[in-house]
Amino acid sequence: MNTTLRNAVSTALVAMGIAGAGLAHAQAQPRLSGNAIRIGVLTDMSGLYSDISGQGSVTAAQMAVDDFIAANKPAYKIDVISADHQNKPDVGSGKAREWYDTQGVDLIADIVNSGVGLAAAKVAAEKKKLMINTGAGSTRLTNEDCNPYSIHWAYDTYALAAVAGRAIVQGGGKSWYFLTADYAFGQSLEQDTTGIIKANGGTSFGSVRHPLNASDFSSFLLQAQASKAQVIGLANAGGDTINAIKAANEFGLTKTQSLAGLLVFISDVHSLGLNVAQGMQLTDGWYWDLNEDTRKFGRRYFEKMKKMPGMVQAGTYSATLAYLNAVKAAGSDEADAVVAAMKKTRYNDFYLRNGHLRDDNRMVHDMYLMQVKKPAESKYPWDYYHVKATVPGDEAYQPMSASRCPMVKKS
Amino acid sequence: MEILGIPLQALLGQLLLGLVNGSFYAMLSLGLAVIFGLLNIINFSHGAMYMMGAYVAWMMMEYLGLGYWWSLAIAPIVIGAFGIVIERLLIRHVYKLDHLYGLLLTFGLALVIEGVYRDRFGASGQPYGVPDALRGATNLGFMILPNYRAWVVVASLLVCFLTWFVIERTRIGSYLRAGTENPRLVQAFGVNVPRMVMLTYGFGVALAAVAGVLAAPIIQVSPLMGSNVIIVVFAVVVIGGMGSILGSILTGLALGLVEGLTRVFYPEASATVVFVVMALVLMLRPAGLFGRES
Amino acid sequence: MGAIVHRPGRDFGFGLLALAVLGLVAPWIGLYPVFVMKALCFAMFACAFNLLLGFTGLLSFGHAAFFATAGYAAGHAIKVWGWPMEAGLGFAVLCSGLLGLAIGALAIRRQGIYFAMVTLALAQMVFFVFLQAKFTGGEDGLQGIPRGRLLGALDLADDLNLYYAVLAIFLACLALCYRIVHSPYGQVLKAIRENEPRALSLGYRVDRYKLLAFVLSASLAGLAGGCKALVVGFETLTDAAWQMSGEVVLMTLVGGVGTLFGPVIGAFAIVGLQDQLADRVGSWVQVILGLTFIVCVLGFRRGIAGEVAAWRERRRATSR
Repeated sequence: MNTTLRNAVSTALVAMGIAGAGLAHAQAQPRLSGNAIRIGVLTDMSGLYSDISGQGSVTAAQMAVDDFIAANKPAYKIDVISADHQNKPDVGSGKAREWYDTQGVDLIADIVNSGVGLAAAKVAAEKKKLMINTGAGSTRLTNEDCNPYSIHWAYDTYALAAVAGRAIVQGGGKSWYFLTADYAFGQSLEQDTTGIIKANGGTSFGSVRHPLNASDFSSFLLQAQASKAQVIGLANAGGDTINAIKAANEFGLTKTQSLAGLLVFISDVHSLGLNVAQGMQLTDGWYWDLNEDTRKFGRRYFEKMKKMPGMVQAGTYSATLAYLNAVKAAGSDEADAVVAAMKKTRYNDFYLRNGHLRDDNRMVHDMYLMQVKKPAESKYPWDYYHVKATVPGDEAYQPMSASRCPMVKKS
Repeated sequence: MEILGIPLQALLGQLLLGLVNGSFYAMLSLGLAVIFGLLNIINFSHGAMYMMGAYVAWMMMEYLGLGYWWSLAIAPIVIGAFGIVIERLLIRHVYKLDHLYGLLLTFGLALVIEGVYRDRFGASGQPYGVPDALRGATNLGFMILPNYRAWVVVASLLVCFLTWFVIERTRIGSYLRAGTENPRLVQAFGVNVPRMVMLTYGFGVALAAVAGVLAAPIIQVSPLMGSNVIIVVFAVVVIGGMGSILGSILTGLALGLVEGLTRVFYPEASATVVFVVMALVLMLRPAGLFGRES
Repeated sequence: MGAIVHRPGRDFGFGLLALAVLGLVAPWIGLYPVFVMKALCFAMFACAFNLLLGFTGLLSFGHAAFFATAGYAAGHAIKVWGWPMEAGLGFAVLCSGLLGLAIGALAIRRQGIYFAMVTLALAQMVFFVFLQAKFTGGEDGLQGIPRGRLLGALDLADDLNLYYAVLAIFLACLALCYRIVHSPYGQVLKAIRENEPRALSLGYRVDRYKLLAFVLSASLAGLAGGCKALVVGFETLTDAAWQMSGEVVLMTLVGGVGTLFGPVIGAFAIVGLQDQLADRVGSWVQVILGLTFIVCVLGFRRGIAGEVAAWRERRRATSR
C-alpha cells in the first residue's frame, strides 16, 4: 500500500515537472524522472584498480557530460556523482541500491572489478535502472548473469583471450599454466582463455589461484615454474599483474618461460616501464595514439589528469556520451526505451569502431592486438604500443551462438 | 629428482620461501612476547608498527632520498620513539585494568594508524626497490634464490639471536626477567620499573619496525600489510606459548616452514595450516609448546 | 518517602515497549527501512556478543565467523536449495551454533587474553575457508539471495514487509536475552564472570556453562547474520573478516557491556556513524572507530547504557 502511495505521489510530481518543463519549452524535451539526469561512477578510488579506472573515470564521465551540454544545450540538469566501492561487492551493491533508491541516479557507469559489477548488475535488474559496465571484464555479465538493464561496453574476458591469447598460441606458445586472481574476473579470464587455447591446438596444464590484491607472488610463481608450461598466463589485472611480472623477473622465470599478461592496461605498462614490459603482446579496446580523434581525446584528458587515458577511462566517456544521446533520441530516461534507442544506433566514433549493441547487451566493436615497444622505439611520452592487428568485433567477441544469456532467443 | 612425486626443486624452493616468511613471524612474535612478558599486554598494534616501519623506509626513500641501509638503522629508532610516546600517553593507563582492555586499546590504536595510512596512501601497495648491494639472484641449482631473500633470513636470525642474548645473558636482561616475575621486588632494588616498561615497549615495537623494513622490498608497502600478518602471528604466539624467548623464535621459523611444505603438497590449505596447527596444539597441549600453565 | 523498589523486569518491559513503538514508526518518519533493518541485525549481533562478554566475562574476538557462517548458510539454503525463508534462517542458526560448539570447545581451554586470541585466530581460519570454498563465491560473495515470502504468504521483497518481520525477530531476540540473563543459568554465568575459581569450588562444571553460553551466543549471532543476508540479499567476506569481530566489540563497548539495551544503542550508534560518514570522510571512518575504541577503553568503560544506569542509581540513592 505504502509503495503504491509513494509511486502515485512521485508519478504526480513527475507529471507536474513535465508539465512545467513543457510550458517553459516549446520543443520536445525528454520525459525525465526528477527532470534531471544523474550519472553515478562507481569505481575503485584507492585500491589496485584505481590507476586503470578511479578518478580518471570520474573525470572522463564529467567530460562527456560537459561535451553533451555544449553540443545540445539541454534544458535539464545533468550531473555526475561518484563513490568508491573498495573492491567489495557488498559495498558496491549497497551503494548502487542507495543511488537508485534515494539519489535519483539514472545510470551507473564504470564499476571496475567483476565481483562488484555482477553484484551491481543484480541491483540494476531489480530496480529496472541502467548500468553500463566499462570496467569489469567477466563474460558472465552477458551470459549467465545477463539482464536487460546491464550493458557491457569496453571489453570482456572472451575478447582478451580471442585477440592476444589466440595470437600467442598461434605464435607457438602451446602449453599454458595460469596464475589466476581468485574471483569472477580471473576465473572467467582463465576459462575463456583455456577455451581459445584448446580450439587452437594448445593445452592448459592447470592454474594456481591467488587472492585479489596479493602482496607476495613468489610462492605462486614457484608453483607456476614447477608446471614446466611454456607460457604462464596472468589471469589478473592492475596492481596484481604488475606485481606478478616484477616477481617473475626477480625469480628468473622469464629466462625459461614466457609471461602472457592477459589484461594489461597502458597504465600498467607505464608503471612497469618498457624495459620490463617490452615485447609483450596484449589486447586493448582502445589506444590514445591510434588516430587524430583518439589523440585529441587523449590530450584533453591528459591536461586534466596528467596521465594518458586507458580503455576503461575512455570507455566511460564513450558510454556516458552514448547514454546521453540515447536519452535524447528516446525522449525518455526510462531504461527500456534508452536501451532500445542504443540498439538502433550504429556507433563509429573516436572510441567505438564498427560498434553495435547486441541482444545480449554486449557492445561489439573492433579490438586491437598490441605489442609493447622496445625502449628505443618509443619516441615520445606514452608512446608504448605497436598496433599489430585490428580484430573485427564479430571475431573478437563471443559469438551469439555460444551465448548462455537467457535473453538471447535461440533459433 | 623427486620426493613423493614432487620435484625436489619445487619442494626446496617453497621451503626456502617458507623460511623467509618464518623469519618475519619469528621477529614479530618475539616482539609480542617481550612486550607481553613485562606489560601483560597483547599488542594488537604490533602489525601497524610493522607497517609503519616499512613506510618509514619508503618515505625516507621517496622524500629524503635515503636508501635502504639508512632506513634499517633509522626506522626502528623512529618507531621505537613513537611506541614510547604511545606507551606514555595511552597504554600506561590500562596497566591496572583487566588485561583485555590492553588488547582493546591497542586494537583501536591499530585501526587509527591503519586508517590514517590508508587515507594518505590508498589501499594498494607502493613499490620499494631492493638495495643495490643485494640485487640479483644466486642460482642454487634447484632454484634461483634472489639474494635479498637470503639476506632477510640471515638478518632476522641475527636480530633474534641478539635479542635472546640481551635478555638471557646480560645484566639488563636479568632485570627484565626479574621484572616479569615480580615488578615490586625489582623496584625495591632501585630499578625504575615504569621506565623499564616504557623502554621495553619501545624495544618491542622497534623489532616490528625492523621486520617492516626487511619486508618492504619483498612485499608491496601497503597500509594493510600489518593486519594481514598480525593474526597469523597471534596464532604463532598461542602455539609457542609466550613463556620463552627462544620458544617464540623457533615456533615462528617452524611455522613458516610448515606453510612452505603445505604449499607444495596442498596449496589450498596454506593460508589455514597455521590455524589448524594451533587447534591441534590447543587440544594436546593447551599451554602451548613452550608455555607454562599459569 | 516510600522506598522505590528497583524492578529490572519492569524496566526491561518499558524499554522493550519503547523500542517496539520506535521501531513501528521509524519508516514513517523518513528513515530508510533498509538502513534500519541493517542496524537491527547488527543490534541482534551485538546482543548475542554481549551475552558472552557482558554476562559471562568471555571476550570473543571471533564472532564474525558466526555472523558470516549464518549468512552463507541461509543464503545457500534459500538460493541454491530453494528452501523457504524460515527454514533457511533455522538452518543458519543451526550452522553457526555447531560452529560455536567447535570453536567454543577449543577456545575455553585457554583463559583471558589467550581466549581472545584463540577465537580471533580460529575465526580467521574460517575466513580463509570461506575465501576458498566454492559455495561462498569467494571474493565475489554469495549474490542474489531471494527474500522469499513469510509463511508462504507475505511477500518480503517489499522493504516494509521485511522490515516488520525483522523488527519482530529483533524484539523476540532481545526478550530471549533477558530470559537467559535472568534465569538460574544466567546467575551461574554471572558467578563465573565475577569469580571463576569460586564458582568452580562451589561445584559448578564451569566449562560446560561457558561452552553453553558460547554456543547460545554463536547461535544468536547466527540469527542476526541470517537476517542480514536476507535484508541485503547478499553475503560476502566482509562479514567474516576480523574487522567485523572488532566492530561488534566496539558496538557493545560503546553501548555498555553487560547491559541489555546497551548493545542496541551501540549498534545503532556505530552503524549510523558509518552510514553518515562513509561518503564524506572515506578512510577516516576507520580512524574514528579506532578513536572511539581508545576513548571507550580509557574513560568510558561503562558505555552509554552503563552511564545512564549509574546516573539513575545515583539519583535513586540521593532521593532515598
